[in-house]
Parts: sequence; structure tokens; C-alpha cells
Amino acid sequence: MTSRDTSNRPVGVIGAGSFGTAIANILAEQSSVILYARTKEKVESLTVSRQSGKQKLHNAIEITGDLREVADKCEVIFPIVPSQNFRAMMREVAAYLKPYHILIHGTKGLDLNIPDGLEINKRNPLSRDQVRTMSEVILEESNVVRVGCLAGPNLASEMAEKQPAASVVASHFDEVIETGQRLLKNDRLLIYGSKDLIGIELCGILKNIIAIGAGAISGLGLGDNAKALLISRGMVEMIYLGNALGGNTKAFIGLAGVGDLVATCSSSLSRNFTVGFRLAKGESLIEIQESMEEVAEGVNTIKIMKVLAENYRIRAPITETLYKILHGKMSVEQANLYLMKFPFRADIDFL
Amino acid sequence: MKLNGNSNKYPPVVAGTREWPVVQLAKNRKKFVQDVVDSTIRSLERHTNGKGLIEVLESAVYKERLRIKQNPWKVDPPNEKVFYQKIQQKLIDFSGNNSPENRKELEKILHDIIWSYANEIAGNFNRSSYRFARGIATMLFARLLNAARIKGPMSFFSRQLDLDDQIHVIGESEHIRNLARKGTVILVPTHFSNLDSILIGWVIQWLGLPPFIYGAGLNLFNIKIFAYFMNSLGAYKVDRRKKNLLYLETLKNYSTLALQSGCHSLFFPGGTRSRSGRIEDKLKLGLLGTAVEAQRFNFQYPSNDDPQKIFIVPVVINYHFVLEAPTLINDYLKIEGQERYYIENDEYSTSFKIAKFLIEFFTKGSDISVTIGRGLDIVGNYVDDEGNSLDHAGKPIDVKDYFLSDGKVTEDPQREQQYTRILANRVVEEFHKNNCVFASHLVSFLAFEMIKKMNEKLDLFEILRLPEEDIVIPYDEFKRNFKRLRKRVYKLSDKDKIKFAEHLSGKTDYVIDFGIKNVGTYHTNKPLGKNKNGNVITHDLNKLYYYHNRLEGYDLERYIK
Repeated sequence: MTSRDTSNRPVGVIGAGSFGTAIANILAEQSSVILYARTKEKVESLTVSRQSGKQKLHNAIEITGDLREVADKCEVIFPIVPSQNFRAMMREVAAYLKPYHILIHGTKGLDLNIPDGLEINKRNPLSRDQVRTMSEVILEESNVVRVGCLAGPNLASEMAEKQPAASVVASHFDEVIETGQRLLKNDRLLIYGSKDLIGIELCGILKNIIAIGAGAISGLGLGDNAKALLISRGMVEMIYLGNALGGNTKAFIGLAGVGDLVATCSSSLSRNFTVGFRLAKGESLIEIQESMEEVAEGVNTIKIMKVLAENYRIRAPITETLYKILHGKMSVEQANLYLMKFPFRADIDFL
Repeated sequence: MKLNGNSNKYPPVVAGTREWPVVQLAKNRKKFVQDVVDSTIRSLERHTNGKGLIEVLESAVYKERLRIKQNPWKVDPPNEKVFYQKIQQKLIDFSGNNSPENRKELEKILHDIIWSYANEIAGNFNRSSYRFARGIATMLFARLLNAARIKGPMSFFSRQLDLDDQIHVIGESEHIRNLARKGTVILVPTHFSNLDSILIGWVIQWLGLPPFIYGAGLNLFNIKIFAYFMNSLGAYKVDRRKKNLLYLETLKNYSTLALQSGCHSLFFPGGTRSRSGRIEDKLKLGLLGTAVEAQRFNFQYPSNDDPQKIFIVPVVINYHFVLEAPTLINDYLKIEGQERYYIENDEYSTSFKIAKFLIEFFTKGSDISVTIGRGLDIVGNYVDDEGNSLDHAGKPIDVKDYFLSDGKVTEDPQREQQYTRILANRVVEEFHKNNCVFASHLVSFLAFEMIKKMNEKLDLFEILRLPEEDIVIPYDEFKRNFKRLRKRVYKLSDKDKIKFAEHLSGKTDYVIDFGIKNVGTYHTNKPLGKNKNGNVITHDLNKLYYYHNRLEGYDLERYIK
């Protein structure tokens, strides 16, 4: 599998953040890659320095600032941009997309889609109808149907160091899974396939909530017992929230679920973990966000999931507590006390 | 006197009849059957990899023998029993022996079974008898409807045939005529009554469309006169008792090949009549999948520069009442209530029963609405009058692109399965959008929901067992809620999520009375009525539940207070 891919079409990557760059570099080992960056400055700096953040760009990567070029030249595209910009990006690229395109995204966040004129209030509570995963955004905004996602314990910096890892490509289409595997697989990266697209997406999305919690626990200087408690209770909460959004329990106990959860909760390299850590050290959310280069998806996810959990009457104490912390209504210490007194019922009741 | 003069509202789409693909197909029937057999055997090879041919045969033969024993029909060929007995014997002799001669024998058995299926399924379309049968059917239909509408039997001979009053064909009539010129059309109607097939036949004719082939229940061929008409009108035979893999594959291949050769087709995508009275929300993917397969084939092996496109046109039929409602809902409740064993029955076994059914229906006279939806391509995108697919943004797209991989049209059954699922969901969505609310639907829905609210602690089956005479809904409350619901229906209709009949917007008291009267016209135990004090009562909760179900899935119950 070390030879170049037989099809001579290049593979597209939209978004040159740390994860996008890491994926582009992996793809470039086998195929030529077109990497899209949004701003002119970024395109220029990437072209000149051949460096994105701490990562050096592979020689087979070509930089562009033109979405049309990506769509015209590539059949397979990996959109990896923050969830807040995802829909806008899709609207732009949709004009050039055709039904033969395959899109495999790597964005672990949610999209809020509230139609004009609809007011979210007590009579019209926020529901699943207004919350979208990225694959749903792709389907809504373009004519592409062969859609997949990439999820799993993939800390960009470790991947950049060429450490061994594994990932999941999920799609309703066998051919999308196979394409993802063919393009990404190499000696140090295992790619599993899954048909549960929504479930796998939700794993990646919801684990960010728990990662912020784990960061907070580390920030308080608590030990591994406390963290293990949080991770395992967090897992249960993820499953409840995930089920409510249409994901199957199975996905959560696999690589993209528990695997990714363990990785993000134990690593200080994770952005979401960092947010929690710094909150525990006494910084405010605004201060943290202003000084971070990239978006921590978990913050937005907590906001959405807190409201949804209330409306669907799901017990989600970790999400609710983190929500209070983020909004300065509770300190991390208070939260810790609160959660330790929370009357959890059974340990495992979802299997 | 011109018999079917006025009823033929639209001129024919295609003038000549010789070019009709269905005519070509009938002419070369023998070859077509052989093609079906060959392609079925090929697709079985793909499906059964891993499983031995002998297991597939054994399972099919076992199921067939069981069917012959447990549920024989008059129309079954007399030598069927012996045919399968012999095969069974051979299979026993062969088991465990893998020699090439045996393999050959097995393949021959497979061929024989499939050939018998394909031959049974294949229709006997005949151009001249089509014209004759079409004329008769249209005339009878028009006469019957007319007789029903105007006073008394003498109007049977009346010259005013104004069908528009009785059957409202609404929606995209011109659009479907255009599509029939541009490509192959598949009509997918909702299915509530046995009347649907006849009605759709009439609509096809009324719109001036060329003949459509359609799968008709084998039981209907029991009756000679019916068999004659159905054969003439392009029917092929579907036997719902046969659920073995070999039969289902043959049926699918028959449909795919007919579509590939450009025959317009009609499927009831729900499979059978809706037993619950609900609009179909789960479709059978088998036949729908043949649309996707045929479309891919047309792109993969184009016969000319402009590969034939396939259009799926959803159709929703609305009646005030469904004659078979009592049996249908009882079947449904039996199945739901864990009595899972259920036999496909043959309720229309004699011409007399059918005639009685038709006469009763038409003499009870009632509005029928047929909504023609917008055409869809094989993944559910809307198509315009030219047959171009449009994506959500209105951008034209090439359907061929859906089958491309690395620039080439490829065959990927899993992909096509997924497209079929997407298409099925879109058709269900279109059904709900094109559902046309009648006063009778709305009063039934409201009455049952109010009874449910009055008995909040009871589950469905407990509610259905309530003594009817104890149930009284105060008219004032009923009226108030009716207004709210109707308002909600208008709102949904503004958003293009449902349609409603004109009569719904009359004066509230009148509309409620009209609805109550119509939902009960036929049944002896009326689902709804009014007592001496003018309050709303019911005489049959099961039936009321059945009619109520028609408006399920619109979240209307939230608006009842």
C-alpha cells in the first residue's frame, strides 16, 4: 500500500487547522492532495513556509484558496473546519459539488439550524429538529449523498509525530468506508469501518463535554480515581444524550466512543481538556477563548446539549454542571462537591 | 352516442400505439420471459454467494410445498404439487454429493422453477383488446359514478358525464404528461382499498397517458372476466403467498427488465393495503429498488446518446370512507395484539362479491380525490417538466453522477440499496404533503383523540374495548377543537405540508355534519354520529380508530385542548 493511489485525481482537504493539516499529511503519503485554507493570509503563509502550526507540509500537498478548484479537481473531499463555520463553508462549496463527490468530514461539533422567523422559547422548545450533525449539514446544503465521517482518538499533534493510532470511518455507504480506508490506511494508522454514521459522529461530539470536565478535575489537582469516576459516569451520560439524538449505544463502546473519550480525557494536548484545566485554575471562559488559537468544540456542545437534555428530560448532571461553570454561575470546586452528592442510581443501566 | 367522450379529458400523450414499449414486450413475450430467467439466475448468483445452491432450493421448495398444502387457490396450476414433489425427491437424492453432474442437475432445477415463475408473472398484453377493454372499463366506471351521483338508476343512461364533480384529480397533471414523453414513469400510489387499482387505471386513461404495467394480486385472476381485463390493461401477476427468495428475485427482475425497456409502471409501494388506515410510512424496498437498478442500467448500457430517465410520481388517493375498513382494521389489531399468524386471504373470490363491492361503493356516492405529486428522480430529487433533476438549491444535476465512481458508471448493490432507502423516505414525505384532508378525516381524528384524552390512563386496546354507548363528546367542545384543528391544517397547508379539500373551509357546523355523515355512509355501525342532544357519539371504536389514523403523523393532537 505504499504506492501512489491508482486513480490520478487528487484528494481534497477543506480546512488547514491542526487536524485538517494532519489528515492532509497522512493522505499525501499515498495521493496528491489539495489543501484549502479560507483566508488569503493563511494561503500565502502556507505556500511560502510550507508549515501549518507546528506541522510541516508534505510535498504532495498543494495549497489553494479556491473552493471551486477543490470541487472540480477532487472526487473525494475531507471537510475539516470548525462547526460554527461548517454550514457557511458548505453553502459556498455546494455550488460546485456534484452527486459523484464523496465527502468525509472530521468535525466533532454540532450545528444549530433555526429557520428564520422561528423563535425558540418555552412554547417552542429547542429540539432535535434544530440540531444537526455535520453529515446532516452536508446533506442539507448540497446534492452530495455519499457522506461519511472520520472519528476516533486522533490527537493531531501525536499524528503529526507519526505515532501509531486508529480511527473510524462511518458511512451508510460501503464505498465511502472503503474509500476512506484506502486513502488513509498506512503502517501506523488502522482504519475501522462503521455503518452507524450518526452514532459515530455523536461519539466524537459528546466526548468533548466530558473532556472539559476531565480538564477541570486535573486543574483542581485531583487524582486518577476522581478522573476515572468522571470518565465512566461521563460515558453513561454520553450514551443517554446520544440515544436521544438518534445514535445507537453500540457506537459509544467502540473506538470512536470510549476510545476517543479516554484519549481526550487523559491528554493535556486536547483543546477541550485545556479549557477545563484553565477554568479550574480560575480563568474565565472569555479569557481562555481569546487566548486559544483554535476552537474548543466542547464549549458550544455543552450549551446545546444542556438545553436539549432539559427539554427531553434526560438526566445529564455533568453537562448541566459544566454549563453553570462556563457561565460563571458555579465554581469548579462547588461543582465538584455538587457532583459528589448527586444521587446516581445504577452503575450500568444502558446495556 | 360517444360512450367515453367527455371523460377523456386530456388527449393521448403518444398518438401511435405500436411504439409503446409494452406492445413490444408483449410481442416478444417468449424472449422477454427468457431474459427475465437469465437475469434472475445471474442476480441470484450474486446474492447467494457463500450459501450453496442446494440450500436455496431446499428452502424455496419447502416453502412452496407448505403453501400448496396450507393455502391453495383456484388459480394455482393443477400439476404444481407433483412438480415440487419430484424436485423434493431429487434434492434428497443429491444432498451431500458435489459432483459436476449434480451441479448441472441443480442448475436445471433452478432454471425450471424460475421459468415457471417468470411465465406466471408475465402479462399478456394485447393491443386491440387493450383498446376494447379500456373503452369498456372507462365507460362502466363513468356510468357507475354517474349513476351514483345523479338520482337513481335511470341516470345510468344519462348523457351528462361530469366526472370532475366526483373525482377530483388535483396536482401535477400536465407535469406527469410531460414526464411520460421524456422518460419512463413509475406511479407510486397510496393503497387503502381494492378500488385503488381500478381508480388509478381510470386516472391514467383520463390523463391520456399510455398504458402502465402493474402487479395485480394473483387472486384477482381467479375470475375469468377480471383476468381478461387485467391482461388487456397490462397487468402482470404478483402472488403474495410466495415469499421465497427465488420468487421475489424473479419478480424484481421482471420489473427491472420491463423498466429498462421503457414500460411505464405502477407499484403500490406499501405492498398491501394499509391495514391501520395510516398513510404508508414504511415502504417495501424490493420493487422500488428496481427503479434504481434500471436507472443505473440505462446509464451503464445506454441504447442511444440520451439514456432513458426514470421518474417516480407519488399519488395520494383520498376517500371519505373505505369499504374494507372493518376487515382491514381487524387484521391490523390482530397483528398488533400479538396474534401474529396471519394468512393472505382471498376475500374477492367471486365475481359476485366484486360486483357487489363496486355497486355498493358507487351507489353510496362520495367524493374521491386523487393528488398527483411532483415527479422525483431515483434518489428523490424533484424533476422539472423537462425531466431535469434539481437539487434543493434548484440547481440542475445529472442523475448519472450518482452512479459514478472514478468517472465511470459502476454497479454497487449496497449503494443502490441506500439510494432506494433515500427514495422511499422521500416518497413517504411526498405522500404526507399530498394527503388531502376531508371533513370526514378531521372529525374522525378529533373524536378519537378526544376520547383518548378523556381516558388518559387507558392504553389503546383498553380504549378500543370501552362500551361505545358510554362515550359522549359534548358538541361545544368538539366544535371548538375542530376549529383549532382546521386552523392548524390551513397553516400546514401554507407550509406545503398537507392539502385540504375545498369543502373543508365551509361553515363549521355544516362541515362537521358533512364529515360525520360521510365517514359513516356505508358502514352499518357508524363510526360517528350525533345523539338527540346534538352531542357526538360513536357506534364503532375500531372503525373510528381506523379513520382517525389517516391524519396521524402531523402532530395535530397537540392542538386539542
